[in-house]
Amino acid sequence: MDNAVASNNTNAESAATPLVAMKDISISFGGIHAVDKASCELYPGEVVGLLGHNGAGKSTLIKILSGAYTRDSGSIYVDGEEATITNPRQAKEYGIETIYQTLALADNVDAAANLYLGREILTRWGTLDDAAMEAETRKVMNRLNPNFTRFKDPVKQLSGGQRQSVAIARAIHFNARILIMDEPTAALGPAETEQVGQLIHQLKGDGIGIFLISHDIHDVFDLADRVVVMKNGAVVGSAKTQDVTKDEVLGMIILGKCPPGAIRGPGALAE
Amino acid sequence: MSEQKNDYKESVFVRFLRATEIDTRLLGMIGALILIWLGFHFYGHFVNGYGAFLTPRNLWNLSVQTSSIAVMATGMVLVIVTRHIDLSVGSLLGFTAMIMGVVQVWVLPQFLGLGHPAIWIITVCVGVAFGALIGAFQGFLIAYLSIPAFIVTLGGLLIWRGASYLVARGETISPVDQTFSLIGGGPYGTIGATGSWILGIVLCVAILFMLVSGRRQRLRFGFPTRPMWAELLIGGVGMAFVLGAVMVMNAYPWPKGIIKRYAAENNIEIPDGGIFISHGFAFPILIAIAVGIAMTFLATRTRFGRYVFAIGGNPEAAELAGINTKKMTMLIFALMGALTGIAAVIASARLKSATLALGQFDELYVIAAAVIGGTSFAGGIGTIYGAILGALVMQSLQSGMVLIGFDSAIQQMVVGGVLVLAVFLDNLYRRNSA
Repeated sequence: MDNAVASNNTNAESAATPLVAMKDISISFGGIHAVDKASCELYPGEVVGLLGHNGAGKSTLIKILSGAYTRDSGSIYVDGEEATITNPRQAKEYGIETIYQTLALADNVDAAANLYLGREILTRWGTLDDAAMEAETRKVMNRLNPNFTRFKDPVKQLSGGQRQSVAIARAIHFNARILIMDEPTAALGPAETEQVGQLIHQLKGDGIGIFLISHDIHDVFDLADRVVVMKNGAVVGSAKTQDVTKDEVLGMIILGKCPPGAIRGPGALAE
Repeated sequence: MSEQKNDYKESVFVRFLRATEIDTRLLGMIGALILIWLGFHFYGHFVNGYGAFLTPRNLWNLSVQTSSIAVMATGMVLVIVTRHIDLSVGSLLGFTAMIMGVVQVWVLPQFLGLGHPAIWIITVCVGVAFGALIGAFQGFLIAYLSIPAFIVTLGGLLIWRGASYLVARGETISPVDQTFSLIGGGPYGTIGATGSWILGIVLCVAILFMLVSGRRQRLRFGFPTRPMWAELLIGGVGMAFVLGAVMVMNAYPWPKGIIKRYAAENNIEIPDGGIFISHGFAFPILIAIAVGIAMTFLATRTRFGRYVFAIGGNPEAAELAGINTKKMTMLIFALMGALTGIAAVIASARLKSATLALGQFDELYVIAAAVIGGTSFAGGIGTIYGAILGALVMQSLQSGMVLIGFDSAIQQMVVGGVLVLAVFLDNLYRRNSA
């Protein structure tokens, strides 16, 4: 199964232009280069694991893609064309959706309000169509998490898994083409983690490109087609998961040592 | 919450609350208000020999006195919900009133002639626009220059009070335009008995319409609806409240002197028993009701309101969802300023003049009203109706203590104590319900 997907993917990769290409992205906060000339690509139907220690710059890089931060230099291409992304709204217009590690939910409002936050359904009078939004939310949540019934409660009162499904529903409901998942399973139990894994397979089948961000290699190695490793704000290298071992990737994360199966990045240790 | 759903048998009260979907906090506030009213009435009745609180006259006055604070409190809810504060509303009210005084007493009569019918309209527009502009300016400093709202509006509290002194060198500007002064209430500033009945009936129809359309909307999507008896009960209680208010307002007659003058001006013979001319709803309370309805609509039915609460619940999430939080902040403060302008119209019209002290300490009453009404300083929680009820509670305490003859030192202490107690009870309520 894994093999079939991987080979599928290789075909797609050679044929298509990348969904997203980030080139030489840099950003610094008060003199610290949080991300330094980082580049990476994502192809349709591909899952890329973005790995690195805490503070390696992976979340920052991805927040640049999702519009939360504005880069100092570098460029972003979507479908081969240069994209202007300076705020979250613009990113969403390109079909880039993000599930943040913190989930970024407004805790005091219900699931439907969160799902449609910033994209509310309006009646023809221009008022909020809460009933329509609740109806849609019920449909989406039924697919994602059939046990979800608390549509009227503020999301603060929901369990971690339920909150996670609201955040996931929000990201995939609006025809995302590029999905960013920042530590998607960090707060989940084994069963729920398994569910997220299944969801990723399903989305991948629909041709959605996914960035999986994690500091824990075990979370992503089995799900990802490719890994990109960052250290101290720079890319150590990238590799297809079939070409490298977990230990080699660990070496990339910890030492910044680029193994022979990987493509070297600017952050790799000199040989 | 969830444990109530399964195990033990629910009490009738809990089932009643679930069926009617009534906010328990709302019930609690209404209960507190009734207690305060009865308390003052019977204290007066037994101690002073005359219960003056629950009389049409006092309730009518109470409604007028509450209006200005209530109007501002509806805006303060949005400000506090987004984790800000506005300490400048009292001074801004004074300043705006002073500007309006200058416009209608010193400037406009020169061009239009004294008593021109357009004077009050222009004055009100200038006042509201001016308030909105200053509010927007303060909002700009808070949102785009990242100066804390506490500091900006504390500065505003001093600056606008000083500015209103400069405008007229500390003079009181009066008398205001005749038509303008009607907005402040008084015997002529009311819609009378017939008008009040018409308004009451319109409100009743509106209640019916809202219940029916809400139910239809839920049925359209196959959502669970309230049981029929609960719908009828809510509709019945709502309409009874509206019609009761009409009856109370209509039960307060014009004083004899006014009737005599009115009769003389209109060549009416006063019969032996005198004439009973009702006040009916006063304009200030009508404005407050209209503002309350409009603000409730804004807060619950529009994108703007949704974003206000989302920002309050999690500012970062709101930003990441693509909401322009800076612009929202500026708009919220502009709205607060505009409402302060409306409150300034009511307050100065009621006094028939613009004085230097107008609006002093109002910011404290407005904030207290919002907080007593359940608005949380932690952000994200608050209701418009709560703030209006909070304003009513504050004003009831204030005027109740005047009626039973407490002196002002005690009044202040009681109001302060109630504020702290209210927040304590609110915390307790929240901890138990969450």
